[in-house]
Amino acid sequence: MVTQKTEKLLEVKHISVDYAMASGTLHAVNDVSFTLARGQIFGLAGESGSGKSTLAYAIARLLRPPAVVTQGEVIYYPRPRLDQPSDDEGTLPFDVMDLTPEELRPFRWRKLAIVFQSAMNSLNPVLSIGAQIEDVLKAHYPEMPTGARRDRAVELLRLVGIASDRLRSYPHELSGGMRQRSIIAIALALNPDVIIMDEPTTALDVVVQREILHKVMALRQEFGFSVIFITHDLSLLLEIADTIAIMYAGRLVETAPAEQLYRQPRHPYTDGLLHSFPTLHGPRRSMTGIPGSPPDLRAVPSGCAFHPRCSFAFGACQTVVPALGTPSADAPEQRVACHLYDASLNPAGIPEQLRSPGVMEEADSSLSVPKGEPR
Amino acid sequence: MSGLSRLDGSFEPAQRNGKNGSAFLSMEEPVLEAVHMRKVFPLRKLRFWGQERSVKAVEDTSLVLYPGRAIALVGESGSGKTTVARLLARLYSVSGGEIRFRGRQVSGRSARALRSYRRHVQLIFQDPFSSLNPVHTIRYHLRRPLRLHGHAHTSEEETAQITSLLERVNLTPAEQFMDKFPHQLSGGQRQRVAIARALAARPDVLLADEPVSMLDVSIRLDVLNLLSRLKEEDHLALLYITHDIASARYFADDTLVMYAGQMVEGGPSEEVTQQPKHPYTQLLLQAAPDPDRLGSGQRVLGGAETARGEPPSLISPPSGCRFHPRCPFAMPVCKERFPPRTDLGSGHWTHCFLYEANADSSPSTSPVPMQMKER
Repeated sequence: MVTQKTEKLLEVKHISVDYAMASGTLHAVNDVSFTLARGQIFGLAGESGSGKSTLAYAIARLLRPPAVVTQGEVIYYPRPRLDQPSDDEGTLPFDVMDLTPEELRPFRWRKLAIVFQSAMNSLNPVLSIGAQIEDVLKAHYPEMPTGARRDRAVELLRLVGIASDRLRSYPHELSGGMRQRSIIAIALALNPDVIIMDEPTTALDVVVQREILHKVMALRQEFGFSVIFITHDLSLLLEIADTIAIMYAGRLVETAPAEQLYRQPRHPYTDGLLHSFPTLHGPRRSMTGIPGSPPDLRAVPSGCAFHPRCSFAFGACQTVVPALGTPSADAPEQRVACHLYDASLNPAGIPEQLRSPGVMEEADSSLSVPKGEPR
Repeated sequence: MSGLSRLDGSFEPAQRNGKNGSAFLSMEEPVLEAVHMRKVFPLRKLRFWGQERSVKAVEDTSLVLYPGRAIALVGESGSGKTTVARLLARLYSVSGGEIRFRGRQVSGRSARALRSYRRHVQLIFQDPFSSLNPVHTIRYHLRRPLRLHGHAHTSEEETAQITSLLERVNLTPAEQFMDKFPHQLSGGQRQRVAIARALAARPDVLLADEPVSMLDVSIRLDVLNLLSRLKEEDHLALLYITHDIASARYFADDTLVMYAGQMVEGGPSEEVTQQPKHPYTQLLLQAAPDPDRLGSGQRVLGGAETARGEPPSLISPPSGCRFHPRCPFAMPVCKERFPPRTDLGSGHWTHCFLYEANADSSPSTSPVPMQMKER
């Protein structure tokens, strides 16, 4: 399938999620907006507690009290499909947040599927893999004959690279990688338009992780679904995602095409994250990470939540919450929420470190920690 | 601060013959050595008359720790790297081979012998959320080792030393942290407390078992840099256990790679990561996330098709080299026995028949795969 990466699939508008706590309200997601194109891999990166999973669950309408979606809409743009002729909802865009439970049922899984982080917990330990795949088909297409269901289950396992004799295996008989593959097979069962993957490979070893990513990319190529890929591992995301959004304390702080984000990060937090993982190539040099630690969502700093850790923070950062804006006309797709790019607030101009493109390529700082090699 | 600076006492003259490690690495005497160390965990029999079963967790492992040097031990989960750390900390007893501290074989499992050993060798655990006791204050955590190892006798001494310990791990102002409970601290702060607790014993050797993998990405480097600084200040021998080969390159002078309980490659970190020889190390490096692949056209789909299979069961591991079922270059001899160590110069060595000059069944004159030539 040819994928048009410009065709809109999902438009998330001003989503906010609160958790009602005994001690007050906790704003887990704050006014987040982004657009997902058909066939796109959208990476959502952030540290623990940044709200990235909450945002994904909000899109899938999976949140339960005490989590409440307080505002926003998720517009879904359907496209008539040959393989789902029974769909009669037409091709008009609709807001996922307005769906009734009955309307939500066909939307989930046929349009939007989720791969959860822990494969062991999302598979039923007392049912075989085959039974669990067929269960999905049975629930959504009750009229499907048994033989066809079985064939589809075999086909799905084959797609993710599992031999069909594993159909009767139970989850405990499979390795971690195979379990995660089966989960992906189940997510693919109804040919969804978008799959949300919540840290799908975090519990796996790097080699297995790489195999699974290969598989996901190959399947995306074949079926043209979109992926919202949630992870804390920005280095991984840079490799696979088309567009990356960085979350911090419940807000999007920067969003840009992966390459642009890597070559020229604009937000000081993104810049810090990019300097937080050692590289395998190039000169070995001292790196610093980001001082301080991620904020407690019960007491988010005023203004820009990142200001206590930011080395460029100035007066306005403590009082005014920055909005996403386009910092440079050269890169219209890059948007950043930072006062440094607002000339009216920051007359001093953009700091040198964030202005020079190719931050990762500079080799000015010499290696001080650890020591050089004795030869 | 000065209260904690150790005097490097005169070493006991070590009687060592033969070279068990890379002696070129340091002019100094090794502090801690593992010589042909093995560990087997017996398992319950399936049936009364059934066969004895066991997990062969670590096979024939030798490593040498020198003062003031960091060695990284890299491997996937289940490779036995944590078992090595626990053997060296004497939390487990060895099933074969021996551990030498300052040239002398350690023996005796009496509380007294273990305590005097742990006065010199301290372990930092992976998870700072479970390695600190939730019902005790930070002061209590740090007071215990000071008392146990006889470094503090009065409460004034205690407070002074606890203060300086906290300051050394950058938890300032120390007075504020002293009377807090673990749940009041962030993950990074907790791991700093765990590091301070290990330092309280004034050890010569620090074994760090995945010290940063539970921490948020942005603060990992901070903790690694801290360990690096402490290593320099106290002339500590440091074993850094990790699954992240990029951080091994960043942090450690030498890197050892372990697969399914066997050491497969080792040498100066830069050598091992830039010119990996063993097929497993090559696989590990190919699989590691690498943002530099971005935009190079190959992305995740390029290369790494050799990544097949998963690590074996250690109850019935493959014979010979345990990597042979996954190895793209496996030869018949690989199934028969574990390859001997081949020295490749400048301290770099590997256990692989591909590099053995006179392997029994070398199929060609130059069997060395050129798979990594693009690096």
